[in-house]
Amino acid sequence: MSFNNLDQLYRQVIMDHYKNPRNKGELEGNDLKINMNNPTCGDTIQLQLKVDDGKISDAKFIGEGCSISLASASMMTQSVKGLEVDQAMKLSGIFSDMMQGKEYDEEEFDLGDIEALQGVSKFPARIKCATLSWKAMEKGFKEQGEA
Amino acid sequence: MMNVQDIRKQFPILHQEVNGKPLVYLDSAATSQKPAQVIDAVERYYKEINSNVHRGVHTLGTHATDAYEGAREKVREFIHASSTEEIIFTRGTTTALNIVASSYGRANLQEGDEVVITPMEHHSNIIPWQQVVKATGATLKYIPLQPDGTIALEDVEKTVTENTKIVSVMQVSNVLGTINPIKEIAAIAHQNGAVMVVDGAQSTPHMKIDVEDLDCDFFALSGHKMCGPTGIGVLYGKRQLLEEMDPFEFGGEMIDYVGLYDSTWKDLPWKFEGGTPIIAGAVGLGAAIDFLNEVGMDNIQQHESHLAKYAMEQLSTIEGVTIYGPEKRAGVVTFNSDEVHPHDLATVLDTEGIAVRAGHHCAQPLMKWLEVSATARASFYLYNTEEDVDTFVAGLRKAKEFFGNVF
Repeated sequence: MSFNNLDQLYRQVIMDHYKNPRNKGELEGNDLKINMNNPTCGDTIQLQLKVDDGKISDAKFIGEGCSISLASASMMTQSVKGLEVDQAMKLSGIFSDMMQGKEYDEEEFDLGDIEALQGVSKFPARIKCATLSWKAMEKGFKEQGEA
Repeated sequence: MMNVQDIRKQFPILHQEVNGKPLVYLDSAATSQKPAQVIDAVERYYKEINSNVHRGVHTLGTHATDAYEGAREKVREFIHASSTEEIIFTRGTTTALNIVASSYGRANLQEGDEVVITPMEHHSNIIPWQQVVKATGATLKYIPLQPDGTIALEDVEKTVTENTKIVSVMQVSNVLGTINPIKEIAAIAHQNGAVMVVDGAQSTPHMKIDVEDLDCDFFALSGHKMCGPTGIGVLYGKRQLLEEMDPFEFGGEMIDYVGLYDSTWKDLPWKFEGGTPIIAGAVGLGAAIDFLNEVGMDNIQQHESHLAKYAMEQLSTIEGVTIYGPEKRAGVVTFNSDEVHPHDLATVLDTEGIAVRAGHHCAQPLMKWLEVSATARASFYLYNTEEDVDTFVAGLRKAKEFFGNVF
């Protein structure tokens, strides 16, 4: 049986993050705790972030969802750790461009595992799965900014 | 007996490839496909008689009014109501239930009163009641479910009290396929002086409906789930109750006399149909009813119950598959596979041309009761075949193979 189309979506590295999620669990002494749902499908995530001097020093998540949303949360926590808040927000914008199939900046950040999610843009119904954790981070920093 | 191959020929949309594979449409509980005669009826309405109803003196106005009111008579006969005054056209089941909750509920509920529903309801039969009890100080109560997702009448008797003013239950569950004993529940409601509201969105497309025999006070249905267009539905209500209720929307069409500070309403059913009505939708629904009558509702129910049984047998041969709901059910099979999340499954099936639903199915409280965050659902209609089930089960095996390699 051929899995060609599916292999584009479910790249090995995505399945690895799904199977062995990084940064899954509670983060002691977190500064930000953001809950986000995808009301159309029931995926939920709680993102916990620790911020020191404007820099994300640690990030963890708990949640339930499909392979794409959990793998994306795993990759996202991995890649924002150590970034300044505004840099993380910028990376989120780049990821959003990638998901929408737009041209995106490949130079500024080492996208690493995240780039494996590129195939999701070909599956419009699944884009929201991939962006859930990123939207959670954006929401957290935006609300913090307003407070 | 019905000939499924002949029926399939009448549904243009089924004859296409999706992602390079012949379409297998197993999402009719979300919305059904439309036969050519419904599509043609809507097209003919716009090409030949489109006009506003109940006002023009001109000929097209009369034709449009006749078509619209003719559709109302078809609905009346289809659900066996005693009069067309009891048939109100709405946007769908959601609007129909909101009319009952707002117009009947707000006028008849007060502190100490109860509204009784079940945890298996669709959001559209939960939230209108949450809102109306908040506004009136009444209480919302739930009839508990049996472990197999059915309702026991003893539990109805325990939950419904003399303080209960409204009981509202779905006739068929869009998730579990449970067929609820509406007639018996209605009798218990009436013994306690409550009115019985029925969400018929998932039953009307699939079985014979007789609102007089059920003795329900209100019955809501959606056209798009029964081969009709989107945007049209029906609220049936017993005439006396509808007469006592205030209109839901105010404006054109529904008035008798309008003064500067006061107005009066048209008679039933038009007092509940403010604004230009959904004329083409009603005409399409009328054509859908003609189509369903030609096939025969008993044939349709038998065919779907056979497909559901067949699907459950096939699914139970696959390891790690959990099927939710009772043995005896309508044409809905909701399940989970231990290795594949429902969204991933739906994506894999989609690449095979198979359309299923994945998610919470607008029934978050029921998902909580099932202790899952999401499920996958295959739902059947008169145009589905055993081959569709076979293709679907093969797709599920493929998904399990694909994800099984991961773990």
